[in-house]
Amino acid sequence: MPSFWSDFLQPPLSGIAFGVTAVAAIFGFISGSAFFAIWAERKVSARMQDRLGPTRVGPFGLLQSLADGIKLISKEDHAPAGADRLLFRLAPYLAFCAAFCGYIALPFGAGLVAAELSVGAFFMLAVLSSEVFGVVLAGYASANKWSLFGGVREAAQVVSYEVPRALCVVVPVCVTGTLNLTTIGTQQAGWFWGWNLFHDPFTFLAFFVFFVTATASCKRAPFDLAEAESELVAGFLTEYSGFRWSIFFLAEYGSMFAVSGLAALLFLGGWHTGVLPFEPTAEWGFWLGNLLNLAVFAAKCWALVLVMMWMRWSLPRLRIDQVMTTCLQYFLPIACALLVGVCLWQLLAPPAVTAATRYVLAFGTLGALLLLVASVLRPPAAAGPAGHLPGAWAGRATPLTAGRK
Amino acid sequence: MSLAVALFAVVALATGASALGVVLSRNIVRAAVWLLFTLIGVALNYLLLGAEFVGAAQLIVYVGGTLVLVVFGVMLTAQGPLRSLAARPAEWAVGGVRAAALFGLLAALALGPHAPPAVTPPDGPLPGVGPLGLAFLGFPDASPAANVTGVPDGKVFPRTPVAYLLPFEVVSVHLLVVLIGAAYLARAKRRAKA
Repeated sequence: MPSFWSDFLQPPLSGIAFGVTAVAAIFGFISGSAFFAIWAERKVSARMQDRLGPTRVGPFGLLQSLADGIKLISKEDHAPAGADRLLFRLAPYLAFCAAFCGYIALPFGAGLVAAELSVGAFFMLAVLSSEVFGVVLAGYASANKWSLFGGVREAAQVVSYEVPRALCVVVPVCVTGTLNLTTIGTQQAGWFWGWNLFHDPFTFLAFFVFFVTATASCKRAPFDLAEAESELVAGFLTEYSGFRWSIFFLAEYGSMFAVSGLAALLFLGGWHTGVLPFEPTAEWGFWLGNLLNLAVFAAKCWALVLVMMWMRWSLPRLRIDQVMTTCLQYFLPIACALLVGVCLWQLLAPPAVTAATRYVLAFGTLGALLLLVASVLRPPAAAGPAGHLPGAWAGRATPLTAGRK
Repeated sequence: MSLAVALFAVVALATGASALGVVLSRNIVRAAVWLLFTLIGVALNYLLLGAEFVGAAQLIVYVGGTLVLVVFGVMLTAQGPLRSLAARPAEWAVGGVRAAALFGLLAALALGPHAPPAVTPPDGPLPGVGPLGLAFLGFPDASPAANVTGVPDGKVFPRTPVAYLLPFEVVSVHLLVVLIGAAYLARAKRRAKA
């Protein structure tokens, strides 16, 4: 990060000014992302349930989050009679602080980072895993049995999912040889087959395991056992309303974007497009190059967050025992096997095999993605004659055809 | 007073205040929350001093792991006699004398004639975790000038005959054995159904 404030201010002041700028930028990114992600969540769910979703507020309902925000701020802010008031009020901010601090070490471009830590990946894991405190304390302080159940479930779930998630982070770190997120991103410059995702079969699988475990540790459906509306009213959120409730959701969307950014950096080439054979900042200068980097990085984060939404509205919620079984009996051994596998691959695989694997994986994935896009864009099969139903319903009687032969 | 010193003072004061909160709090869950702030403060101090790895390890081990389990246990047991804790005067006296003695010892060591000399931090980026890992493998001379990964490029470094990786692994496997043993001893004793 160039020290752009030092042109105007003396050293201690320029450091403070840089800190304030970085905090403001990160806060702007989180709240802006959450603003549109909440709208996108509603639109995605509506699309999957064959509805329209928000349409009234602004074009395409884009200002729906603003309307929601005004509604939430104007709601009464109350705490239950038996609650531990201090902890009840503190809990949402604890959750948000944890999600926020993860961004300190997250580079949005080459050198575009608040604080370049030599152990950035480790720091992000550490900070994101403390988000559970807000939820556990909210569950305890609400003086409500449903909330307590939600908090206890969250604690059990997050402590378990942390382990395979951290092991999956170690898999690409074995390949890159560093925990510095900026260096990891810089190493993946150039064409997309240089990304860590396509380095070998183990990093390829580790990406998917990481993504699922990261979804689970963000307590997103199908792993949202801490909320579980069908069983626990609203889990740890039961007694919250208004502004504090929305802080919890800001924290949730913040950590969704943070783990997506971490996944993009570790596996998906970071801020690189994958189709430019050079680092943009090296060719076009710091600010212009990083403008492209920032856009690419945000697009990758958004793509991963949209997949999380897609999963949320496609899959039914698991039971708590299924959640724990999935983690401890499946993801944990898989992650350990991937870690051993990538170490052996680094030591034993001959260069010809590594190069061939890289191209097969990269172009196979590209082909699969193109097929997916083509199948989405293909027009639906021509419907039958008027009044008849298509697809699996062909030939069934409808009110229109009931009387006809 | 430079910015780093001022920040250190603020964080250290906050850490000390929340450590007092752990001791003075009557409610056991609140004491656990004060402990959370104390541990975060210590981690922040490590980060301020440039020990990023230790700071992050403090966060992931104590804040993300141990303290979650503490809060978990406290939440399930915070009822009856454990809900409010009040120390007797004798306990205050013993604890206070011990704390004062420890503080005096540490202060005497840090400020007395045997105190280590003050070192000014070198310019440029601090060494990462590379030297630490190389030291585990028995490379004593991994210079801070090595590149970020810590892997020296092209140079052959002498290795000491003693590497610390194996003892480290033995200790961690020992911890694992202890954990499994504790889980075995604490498991619910169920009779096999006839």
